[in-house]
Amino acid sequence: MSREDYEIVIGLEVHSELSTKTKIFCSCPTEFGGEPNTHCCPVCMAMPGTLPVLNEKVVEYAIKAGLATNCEIASISKNDRKNYFYPDLPKAYQISQYDMPLCEHGYVEIEVGGEKKKIGLTRIHIEEDAGKLNHDDYGRGSLVDLNRAGVPLIEIVSEPDLRSSEEVDLYLKKLKSILEYIEVSDCKMQEGSLRADVNVSVRKKGQKEFGTRTEMKNMNSFKSIVRAIDYEAERQIEVLEDGGKIDQETLRWDDVSGKTFPMRDKEDAQDYRYFPDPDLVAIKISEEMKENIRKSLPEMPESRKERYINEYKLPEYDSNILISSKYFSDLFEGATKVCNNAKAVSNWIMTDITKELNEKELEPSDIPFTADELGNLVILIDKGTISSSIAKKVLDEMFKEPRDPQKIIEEKGWVQISDEGAIKEIVLKIIEANPQSVADFKAGKDKAVGFLVGQAMKETKGKANPQMLNKMFLEELNK
Amino acid sequence: MVVSKEEILHIAKLADLNIQENEIDEYAKNLQDILNFVDVLNNVDTDNVEETMGVISNSNVFRKDEIKEFGNRDILLQNAPEQEEGMFKIPKVI
Ligand SMILES: [Zn+2]
Repeated sequence: MSREDYEIVIGLEVHSELSTKTKIFCSCPTEFGGEPNTHCCPVCMAMPGTLPVLNEKVVEYAIKAGLATNCEIASISKNDRKNYFYPDLPKAYQISQYDMPLCEHGYVEIEVGGEKKKIGLTRIHIEEDAGKLNHDDYGRGSLVDLNRAGVPLIEIVSEPDLRSSEEVDLYLKKLKSILEYIEVSDCKMQEGSLRADVNVSVRKKGQKEFGTRTEMKNMNSFKSIVRAIDYEAERQIEVLEDGGKIDQETLRWDDVSGKTFPMRDKEDAQDYRYFPDPDLVAIKISEEMKENIRKSLPEMPESRKERYINEYKLPEYDSNILISSKYFSDLFEGATKVCNNAKAVSNWIMTDITKELNEKELEPSDIPFTADELGNLVILIDKGTISSSIAKKVLDEMFKEPRDPQKIIEEKGWVQISDEGAIKEIVLKIIEANPQSVADFKAGKDKAVGFLVGQAMKETKGKANPQMLNKMFLEELNK
Repeated sequence: MVVSKEEILHIAKLADLNIQENEIDEYAKNLQDILNFVDVLNNVDTDNVEETMGVISNSNVFRKDEIKEFGNRDILLQNAPEQEEGMFKIPKVI
């Protein structure tokens, strides 16, 4: 038996923080950061006698997420208590949903190797986030910060339909993009607002029953998830090939060593004793409410893609990249409206902007400048005010300290020299300073012009219009 | 349903309760009484009674998504046995 005889089966529980202004059961702000325990009140700190009141936006956002992922929306739903002890959970139970989630039976479509594949969603339910444990300077105790406690989450549970780490990566990217498009979560990975519990099992190809699965909790980087799945599947296959058996257990992925380790003692099988939260009442969702939310859904990526191909005549490849993130897509549409040059805007996003984001390990949502500013940059190039090499420097500046490109080039003195008299002056000066190149040209070496243009660009710090330089050098040299 | 000794120990563990060996029988008897009572309820004829999800028949009690800051950390922390840097200090958790 070898690796190829096995099939990997992966299921995900994705937790996404909702971008509501306030927490799920109290009016404290959800804003990230802040001094410890300053976004707290007696409710989210679980003081005796306090009562939760559900934030209506949380219900709306969860239903939105359900509709955008083809789920059936419950007409009646409720909250349940999930009981366990951990110091970041002040009530000793998490308010979640057990047997009557808001959304069920959905799917998300991904494209694997050119083929469309539906990944089933078992359910989407609402719940509250836990607090954060810090360690004190002397390692003697732990410090509890409850700013995150009570921040609303949706948990999106997939069917065991995923068959490779590549499919998982595509699925997560798709899910992230959907949540961004419908504006229910800002999906900032580094702030932990999107994270996943990953279930992995393997089975021999053709075998009907699933193998025993292991779970890796709270992973917040797609790259780590992909690595962890590959490692864990390999490990399980090895154990089975050696005649061993897989223990159902929770594992911890260690990014540094690239390995998984058992996390808690196996006898402690999870037993949360769910029961309906008596402090909260039923959630009833009318057809009207559902329809109103459906109507509020924005244009989804697939439809945008169609438009980019048909209206803007962009290649499918480009369109796919643009719709991969709502932030790219919005930036593209906004900038194109300003400058009317869709292809140029698309190229800027796909090349220089993407490169800059990758280098700085930023996400599209971190782009600091506006669509108008990008549009204006393209206008400056189209009008010949700046060359494309200067434009790259302007873009750099826009990342560092976002402001209008016109202002940047004025401040920096980067306006392109397109005045014929001025260009001629430079050309004559360079010709005089480079007799050898002139001689080369006369001897038939056409390449010499390129060198002279380069010298002229250097002389003007990239500000001269290169097409005009080229033209004028040829004129002068052929005289 | 009969409450076993194992059941009592399991529930005690889940509830993080320390119970003594000689208390187990007592708890088992108490819980058994409760279960017997629930059995009586289970046998009530509810054929013509509408289903409910809790003792409160209300539904859709919501809050608007508007921030109200509590704004007094000192009061929130005042009963903490120990605090440091504005946080509750507890025995070390790995
Ligand atoms: Zn609060």
